[in-house]
Amino acid sequence: MSNDNARRGFSGVSRRTVLKAAGAGAVLSAAGLPSRLFAQEPLKVAAIYTVPFEQQWVSRLHKAANAAKDRGEIEYVATENVANNDYERVMREYAEAGNKLILGEVFGVEDAARSVAADYPDVAFLMGSSFKPDPALPNFSTFDNYIQDASYLSGLVAGAMTKSKNIGMVGGYPIPEVNRLMNAFMAGVKEVAPDTKFQVAFIGSWFDPPKAKETAFAQIDAGADLMYAERFGVSDAAKERKVLAVGNVIDTQADYPDTVVVSALWHFEPTLAKAIAEVKAGTFKAEDYGVYSFMKEGGCSLSPLGTFEGKVPEETMKLVADKEKAIKDGSFTVEINDAEPKSS
Amino acid sequence: MTEALEILFTASFWVAAIRIASPLIFATMGELICERAGVLNLGIEGIMTVGAFAGWFTVYSGGDLWTGVLVAALSGAAFGLLHGTLTVPLGLSQHVVGIGITLLATSLTYFTYRLALPEVTSPPKIEPFQPLPIPGLSKIPILGEALFSQTPLTYLAFLTVAIVAWVLYRTPLGLAVRAAGENPTAVEAQGISVSGIRIGAVMAGSALMAVGGAFLTMSAFNSFFFEMINGRGWICIALVVFGSWRPGKALLGAILFAAFDAYQVRLQQLTGGIVPYQIFLMMPYLLSILALVLVARRATYPKALMIPYQKGER
Repeated sequence: MSNDNARRGFSGVSRRTVLKAAGAGAVLSAAGLPSRLFAQEPLKVAAIYTVPFEQQWVSRLHKAANAAKDRGEIEYVATENVANNDYERVMREYAEAGNKLILGEVFGVEDAARSVAADYPDVAFLMGSSFKPDPALPNFSTFDNYIQDASYLSGLVAGAMTKSKNIGMVGGYPIPEVNRLMNAFMAGVKEVAPDTKFQVAFIGSWFDPPKAKETAFAQIDAGADLMYAERFGVSDAAKERKVLAVGNVIDTQADYPDTVVVSALWHFEPTLAKAIAEVKAGTFKAEDYGVYSFMKEGGCSLSPLGTFEGKVPEETMKLVADKEKAIKDGSFTVEINDAEPKSS
Repeated sequence: MTEALEILFTASFWVAAIRIASPLIFATMGELICERAGVLNLGIEGIMTVGAFAGWFTVYSGGDLWTGVLVAALSGAAFGLLHGTLTVPLGLSQHVVGIGITLLATSLTYFTYRLALPEVTSPPKIEPFQPLPIPGLSKIPILGEALFSQTPLTYLAFLTVAIVAWVLYRTPLGLAVRAAGENPTAVEAQGISVSGIRIGAVMAGSALMAVGGAFLTMSAFNSFFFEMINGRGWICIALVVFGSWRPGKALLGAILFAAFDAYQVRLQQLTGGIVPYQIFLMMPYLLSILALVLVARRATYPKALMIPYQKGER
């Protein structure tokens, strides 16, 4: 019976490409395991993403979870590309399959996700969300990419590298996750070059690299000599027109060695490590995990300069080092500003 | 205000407009062929996705760029055959079949993509078509630069319009295709198979749609993303109506729409954030509706569009 259930649950998911081997292993072992997990046993973790694994934001979660799996800390299954209207069903399937920690992103399904969590009080949910956790729902915690510290530092570099003092920024949608990083980046730029002009545009899509590229071309035509690459496609335009770019969330310098100066990187590892520890200790509760993306927690960092080593002015890198130190010891805080950034 | 007008006189604006128009031109010609033969092909969005993937993946797997275009066209034609089989001899609802084809083609593409590339951190890149300026012609200010400093696929798009127009209006085959969409009984009376003409037209049209999709992954960009067609197929359905089912007018429509799109991203930068960005994103669609109202009022659609033909039935 339990095997039938498990198989049915799994087949519903597999349509959308599960990590098959891991999934099958997890489901099969569910039947044989005692219900109470011992601390040394790997924790059963499932993740549900609304976009493909390749999407920048999700790729950071997937990477951290796979690393934890490789270390033997967790068993990990994941489903990608789940439509929002299907999200609740997949959450329930994973909860029914005996997973103890469920990761995901509920930006578009806040209410539904929280009602699922209420139905499975023994399962811990750690969800990317624009809202705060609710103490009345103790098994539902939230997180997000609060990497404004790293974005600010990348802005310092950008301010020194733009010669035309004109920076182009192409985003998907002006939602808090995007806005706060853009605002922190702009604050960093203004620190170094106060009179910089910003061109801000949103393309109204997460996945339209040709459109992002066209928008970037338009900004470069209008004088931008450095692009803030929030979307795929922007760095490609910068590369073709031989202007610079600053990366965001992931490090793409390997693909654009002469274009991407530096990137603000997100590390999901501290967030996940904290959640795994709490669940294993039985102390998981409703908390805002956003702080584990802060620089002082190791949740974000400025990428190494790599191919741009020696090309960024020394005093700028000294300023970056000083600010990084101040951020880490708490004497300087980067403002969290979720308002929609505007062109200037 | 003058700045806003100056944009219209820059070469880079028109270069962008032609570039944005290219995938639309292919797919609009594809849809036009289908509809002139009497079959509405709502599979367009999915078939473009198939083409985008098939062309790109061929090149990624070691094929050259033109082989990629050919593979994209063939995979599009395969879905066209499925669409044609269901809608022509079986006479099923063209709306339902078309949307079904879009869903099937899109999902199948994603499934294939993930089977082929289970663990990638970012989608792999290919070396796409590069701009190939035509010597001399590309030096003509603005118009020459816009038309003759593009990639080979864009030139192919314009060539396609000429070929489609010539075949439709200057050849017996074109006459049969047009008649199949206007008066299939007359086609049958000539001893020509309406089913054969219609299925052939849907296959050829679907092949062009797929090449339109391939333009996005092989010329406009260099890798494949889920959902990157992003509604372009649906735009092409409207462009066929805008063009009153005529290749030349449909070409103008595609360029006009693309120009609106290229214009809005440039205008967005001028207003200093006073106007919400959504207004600009809306602009190409709003202006297209307006243009549709003005231009397409007298449009006469193919008389037998969406009417299945059963031999011998009255």
